[in-house]
Amino acid sequence: MSRGVSRSGPLPERTVDVAVVGGGVVGAAVARELAGRQVTGCERDGRSLTVALVEARSDVGDGTSKANTAILHTGFDATPGTLESRLVRRGHELLGGYAERAGIPVEPTGAVLVAWTAEELAVLAGLADKAVKNGYRECEVVGADEVYRLVPALGPGALGGLTVPGESIICPWTTTLAYATEALARGADVLLNTRVEGVEHDGGEETVLVTNRGPLRARWVVNAAGLGSGAVDRMFGHERFTVTPRRGELLVFDKMARPLANRIVLPVPGSRGKGVLISPTIYGNVMLGPTAEDLRDHADTSTSEEGFAFLVDKGLALMPALLKEEVTASYAGLRAATEHGDYQVHLDAAQRYLVLGGIRSTGLTSSMALAEHAAGLLAEAGLVTSVRDDLPDPPRMPNIGEAFPRPYMCDDLIRRDPAYGTVVCFCERVTAGEIRDALDSPLPPADLDGLRRRTRATMGRCQGFYCGAEISERLARVEGS
Amino acid sequence: MRLTTDVAVVGGGPSGLTAAAGLAAAGLRVLVLDREREAGGIPRHSDHTGYGLRDLRTLMTGPAYARLLANRALEAGALVRTSAMVTGWAGQRVLDVTTPEGRLRVDARAVVLATGARERPRTARMVPGDRPPGVLTTGQLQNVVHLHRGRVGTRAVVVGAEPVSWSAVLTLREAGCRTVLMTSEHARAESYAAFSVPGRAGLRVPVATATRVVRINGRDAVESVEVEDLRTGERRTVPCDTVVFTGGWVPDNELARAAGLAMDPGSRSPLVDNTLTTSRLGVFAVGNLVHPVDTADVAALDGRHVVRHVQTYLAAPSPAASRTVDQSAARDLPDAAPPSGSGTGPGTSTGGAHGDDEPGDAGGGETGGTFAGAIPLRAEAPFRWVFPGLIRPGAGAPPRRRILLWPAEHRPIARVVVTQDGREIARRTLPWPVSPGRVFRVPSSMLSGADPRGGAITISLA
Repeated sequence: MSRGVSRSGPLPERTVDVAVVGGGVVGAAVARELAGRQVTGCERDGRSLTVALVEARSDVGDGTSKANTAILHTGFDATPGTLESRLVRRGHELLGGYAERAGIPVEPTGAVLVAWTAEELAVLAGLADKAVKNGYRECEVVGADEVYRLVPALGPGALGGLTVPGESIICPWTTTLAYATEALARGADVLLNTRVEGVEHDGGEETVLVTNRGPLRARWVVNAAGLGSGAVDRMFGHERFTVTPRRGELLVFDKMARPLANRIVLPVPGSRGKGVLISPTIYGNVMLGPTAEDLRDHADTSTSEEGFAFLVDKGLALMPALLKEEVTASYAGLRAATEHGDYQVHLDAAQRYLVLGGIRSTGLTSSMALAEHAAGLLAEAGLVTSVRDDLPDPPRMPNIGEAFPRPYMCDDLIRRDPAYGTVVCFCERVTAGEIRDALDSPLPPADLDGLRRRTRATMGRCQGFYCGAEISERLARVEGS
Repeated sequence: MRLTTDVAVVGGGPSGLTAAAGLAAAGLRVLVLDREREAGGIPRHSDHTGYGLRDLRTLMTGPAYARLLANRALEAGALVRTSAMVTGWAGQRVLDVTTPEGRLRVDARAVVLATGARERPRTARMVPGDRPPGVLTTGQLQNVVHLHRGRVGTRAVVVGAEPVSWSAVLTLREAGCRTVLMTSEHARAESYAAFSVPGRAGLRVPVATATRVVRINGRDAVESVEVEDLRTGERRTVPCDTVVFTGGWVPDNELARAAGLAMDPGSRSPLVDNTLTTSRLGVFAVGNLVHPVDTADVAALDGRHVVRHVQTYLAAPSPAASRTVDQSAARDLPDAAPPSGSGTGPGTSTGGAHGDDEPGDAGGGETGGTFAGAIPLRAEAPFRWVFPGLIRPGAGAPPRRRILLWPAEHRPIARVVVTQDGREIARRTLPWPVSPGRVFRVPSSMLSGADPRGGAITISLA
């Protein structure tokens, strides 16, 4: 574990320039961005910003960010003129480029919205116009024939569609890990198992975050706490928005289903009844979902009988052949829904406080743009910074996607290091070398779930029938050491 | 690295090792590829007796049986490579393999698929609720306890009451974990015919029949399961810290499907005939891959059965030659018929989702190619699948002269009826019951009255 990562014990005593609360995809992106900047235009000119990423859970990307639909959006369907529209578009560009540099798996699959009713068919042209207003010009309204040519496995009854060739699928886990890993390399602290329970001001320039691991002093605070962003915002005395967790259940189908869905099949938004999408995943599976159910409990990621029944019902109509394949995973994500239609980004210069709240599932795409935007807002409030010129190269993340060669396929790699030829998780073809690398990485996993997000180990069709014991043992060996 | 061999056997469990021993003893070059660190398959971690009865005429523990079969294959001259995972096909009978020594491309004259079966985990059964650790399959449980000497909880609920479920109970007990409840969706416990196992071990475990698990509770660790009585709809919560999903077998069919082999939709296994050949010429399939699942000794005897057919194929590798009549073994089955010309495939292929790397591969076809002239065998409810799925007239009996069927319901008396083209060709009451969770066996002699030029043969219960 690299020096900047801490999961227990006392927090650093020094005052940091910026504490970023929330180690999801947005918080990690902000920490990465700010850790790569230096102060300009004041007495501390030229000094690198000191940044702490503060996360309540034992790993980054372990809340909302781990269970979303994993799409790199073009932003074609955002509400024109909103901050979300602008940041998704910018974020698509930024993350697209960063993914290539950092080795985050991305697959440009394209998407098609499918209209199943006359009402849905009627709104497609309007959606194409809206896409243009959002700066995306590649959408095209197509007939049913073209829809079936694009996705032959669709069930009967499609009337037409709208193509969105620029939509891609991306690995949400690697994205958050890449940001956090780079933040570490740039000198940030990643403070895990650190829950912010209160906020104190000492009257001066500093804010004291009261945490379960003691106080953390920061000159500036950025709230990117996702489901907790409303609560943290209230700690700063604001009553601006309420986060209502919206549970989305998803079914992941066996890799054998992948040929059925080579592009993303989206529902037409705004139609009556809840629409679900079918999407290939970057790991070679097919996903069906999500449901949408508002909850009070901010941690209830259980799945439900009703959710499963709803998805099976929808799936049978959308793509009957998909339901003949085995389900290899089902999970539920909680989206940070608010009563507002747009991201809740508010700056309080006097408090030296910025909130990035109400970031719904588009936050994966917009994350780097949100970080860039945050740096701009902080400058307005007085924290003027510029990008450092001594930055380390971005990390090269292990590829866990199917679109690029994986270690088990690479003869030269295996000959240099036999661990890459030792397959431990058979279903996902994860090698001993990859598991070792994850355990030795600057930001190692805290548990099996964390290892799974770094390597895919045990997330396949057997769910540990063959390798579960072996992998737990490898994990325990490290924890025990 | 490129290797050539006469026969590549994929999977070093009982069926693959037995096939390898037989083929090597017949003078063929045999390469067994097993992805585990040690060959032997599932019996390696079934640390109780009951192995070897039908194939070796003796009884021993799973690990001893696994070692014996591996040694026999080696002594016969087969090469056994472990930590060698076949990842795909690079041709009709060419395999890509990952090993710690590098990637291998194995060019074989014949391939025997013996990849076995596994239990359906919770996800595939779509049991909702929280997703804490402590939810296992029997395979994982036995791996944890027997191979890794790991720990489980203290109070378990075992889902299923099949023979394998009792095996899970024994393993749990060994690990100091009490089984507080077994559940079976059937009106009576599936494995009553195997009650000798719990009886012998003195296990007193409450079995809730007509009951299903509808939810798992506990965010960081299992706290309880919710079970529903299927007769009354009543639900109750059972406190526990471990849940074991048992049985619900599915074949490990990834390679079979990647080859585009014709598949049996009932078992999800590659379709085979009585010679254990698949829809791709020179590719055979044996063991629990093709009948998920029968006992290890029965799987092993598939391996013995396939030897002769692989030899026949290698002697003259063409579709016509592979149909060569072996009269000495053919007395159970109708004589060879001239090709009728009419399509005789079951028309239920689910294969072909993935194309093979070689263009023009017709591996998915089951009406022509290797299955030309074979008669489809079908089963009616309560059976989910029948093995083999095709009968090639004149090619000899299936393994052990048995047709295997998988029942979904219990029937105390088994009145078996065999029909073909609307005509009853056999009817017999068999002296063993139809019991879910275990294979139901029908003597293949019941098919001897079939017309070799006729249509599909159907097995049902009167």
